[in-house]
Amino acid sequence: MYDLIFDPDLCLHCRTQACLTKCQYIDIDGEAAQKEILKIARGEDSFVLHECATCYACEEYCTFGNHPFYLIAEKQEVLGISPVPRPLIRRAVNIGIPFRGQPEIKEINGPVLNIGAFSELKHLIQGKLFEGITPISTDERKMFHYFCQLMYLHYGRASVIKERLPGIIETIAKHKPMELICFHDECYGAYTSYCEAHGIDVPFKPIHFYEYLYNRLVELKGMIRPVSLKVAYQRPCSSRLSPDKHLFVGRIFDLIGAESVKREFVDENALCCAGAIEGQKLEGSRKRAAKQQQRNVEDMKNAGAQVCVFNCPACFQTLGEMVARNGIKPVHMSDLCRLAIGETPAGWR
Amino acid sequence: MDPIYQSLAAIVDTEHVSNRPEELYIYSFDLGTAEPHQPDYVVSPVTTEQIQEIVRLANRENIPVVPLGGGMSLAGLAVPLKGGILLDLKRMDRIIEVNEKARYAVLECGVSQGQLTSYLERHYPHLTHSEPGAPPAATIVGNVVIHGQGDLAQPYGFNSDMVNGLEVVLPTGEACRFGSCALGARWFTNHPLPDVGLFLGWCGATGIITKLSIRLLPAKRIRGVGRFVVDDEELVPEIMYKLTHTQMAEDIIAFSSAIPPFASMLQHFTVNIAADSEKELEMKQEIIWDDTLGEYIKKGDGAYLGFTRNLERPQISKTSDYKKGGGFEYVGSIMPIEKYPECYRKGREISERYNIPYTVTGRCIGAAHSMMFAWTYAFNRADPETINGARSALHETDRLVLELGGVIWKPGAYGQKLVLERLDPNTRELMKKIKGILDPKGIMNPGNWEIP
Repeated sequence: MYDLIFDPDLCLHCRTQACLTKCQYIDIDGEAAQKEILKIARGEDSFVLHECATCYACEEYCTFGNHPFYLIAEKQEVLGISPVPRPLIRRAVNIGIPFRGQPEIKEINGPVLNIGAFSELKHLIQGKLFEGITPISTDERKMFHYFCQLMYLHYGRASVIKERLPGIIETIAKHKPMELICFHDECYGAYTSYCEAHGIDVPFKPIHFYEYLYNRLVELKGMIRPVSLKVAYQRPCSSRLSPDKHLFVGRIFDLIGAESVKREFVDENALCCAGAIEGQKLEGSRKRAAKQQQRNVEDMKNAGAQVCVFNCPACFQTLGEMVARNGIKPVHMSDLCRLAIGETPAGWR
Repeated sequence: MDPIYQSLAAIVDTEHVSNRPEELYIYSFDLGTAEPHQPDYVVSPVTTEQIQEIVRLANRENIPVVPLGGGMSLAGLAVPLKGGILLDLKRMDRIIEVNEKARYAVLECGVSQGQLTSYLERHYPHLTHSEPGAPPAATIVGNVVIHGQGDLAQPYGFNSDMVNGLEVVLPTGEACRFGSCALGARWFTNHPLPDVGLFLGWCGATGIITKLSIRLLPAKRIRGVGRFVVDDEELVPEIMYKLTHTQMAEDIIAFSSAIPPFASMLQHFTVNIAADSEKELEMKQEIIWDDTLGEYIKKGDGAYLGFTRNLERPQISKTSDYKKGGGFEYVGSIMPIEKYPECYRKGREISERYNIPYTVTGRCIGAAHSMMFAWTYAFNRADPETINGARSALHETDRLVLELGGVIWKPGAYGQKLVLERLDPNTRELMKKIKGILDPKGIMNPGNWEIP
């Protein structure tokens, strides 16, 4: 089994304890934060393990790259402190089980776009932006062979990730991708941050979806017409695993003439979609999630956003209808980029 | 030229009667496992008077008559077991009246679920009807005849409890009306005249319903589905009971299935909630998820899976994808809700025995007064072995329903036989007398509810 590379000494010498003091869900000062994170590292119970919203943000807050969230998720499992009720864990663990036969493996020997477990969203990877790229995992019946498994961090079940992820990597590697463009932040985070933190070998080069989109837009610069839209970006929790790629959001918006509205919950201070919170065991979780979603959407509205841009399909599912009800159009980043090069995404008015 | 064919053509017209083998073939089977039986004629009338004439002709000639609505029962109830005239009623599809204030609609027998739904959405968006999980082509009358239930079964019960009046062509050709319409009044109630109750549940063996008044119900502006999951089937009855006590839900369904894996060995609930405002919606959500089911969440025994706006009809038909060839049939039963755990466990055992991924569903009827529990079995239409396997599983399940103290819902020929064997002798004798009086020549949908 793969062990998390976590160094408690880094926490001992940390001056900010930002992992917990910056947390938007836990109220704690620096001194207490250090105590709690060290308790967790020693395998002791901590209130943090019970109250963690599993938003991944501490992975970004920790400037040492010490993986506090991976630690929390591991210890939740070891100590039997699951953030969500038992049936939800069983359900989630079942979701990732492939059940419709083996995938069809074709060697590609070129750049590959992995849609992961979102095959039903393949309409989001069409048009000029994706010319020359071979998508994999386009068959809904086989998509769980390409599921990066990182979702189980929300359920305090790191063991499932460690058990299944090497097999997923093996399946992808059989396609012989020269580069693997990851449709979802979470896959990119899995094959970079998570694998690195656990010493899991990744025999291909993962590319962040936004980095790919940005570079492709630069190639197609002559076709770009400013979209002239005021946009709010719904930053997904998995983006916290690759904070170095978050800058491509702003670069893409600048390139396509989208005005990123000034809002409170943005970048490091972004609020998660709360989809993971509403199912938690902690009393009042449903209401807490609803209130957070309301604050988030109000913030977009007050900032004058016309469009809410998503990357994560789960965020889209959780918040898309709500932002639409508030007069803000939900759109996936790839569709926004297609709009900028004169293509009309389905349903765009 | 065949004289029966000529007589039928004289009643309707040559365009709407056929005895051509390729057309008879289409009417020889339904989508379930029932053996095919070909009719001798197919005729598609458009008025009650035409039906009367056809039935009189059938009486004179001693020919069976089988009425067909959408043909979606899956139990072979409109398969012409003894040949004869198949009456395809789909052309009688007029929505005759919608009474907005008294909340009812008068319909002809061919009006489909989808037709009424779209008509109400367009013209009366604040009214709805209790729509079953059947495909939109299923007819309203067909569903009422089999004592169907829909997505308002929790507050309002069976769809056949929502009948305000009937027009029926008797097996001897007379047209009768029942309910307030029998007095020439509006079709607003089925009460309080002496109860005749001779036509529902009989599968057309006592007459052909040509018109129906069905209750319409308030349609709230926001309708959506909340989801909840437990991993202990023993909790399902008490959760259903508690949910019905809140009187906040429109529909409560529990289900479990081997495929897709997320549903395997877990019990999922879908709870339909409706509201006219965000305030009302949140009040109902709070009562259901926080106040009523919060204890299960806190203990870690149950989990809230979120609420999505707009209704999703139950999609049991997806089980037809489990085996190549796209076939499925289910045994439905009306059961006390306390039987859910046993129904689930025994259903899994039967499915495993026949190598069919299990699918079970329980829909709450009324304030937990009963549930419609269904066991679904997939088969490959092109593979006789899987059809036989599914048929055996269905028959075993029919027997299970009665062993568990339930009642088989819309039983096919095999299930009817089991029911009649166990039926109270005096009740059976009364049914026989009624059938004999109404249908002295035994021409109406023979093979169904025949009492020797």
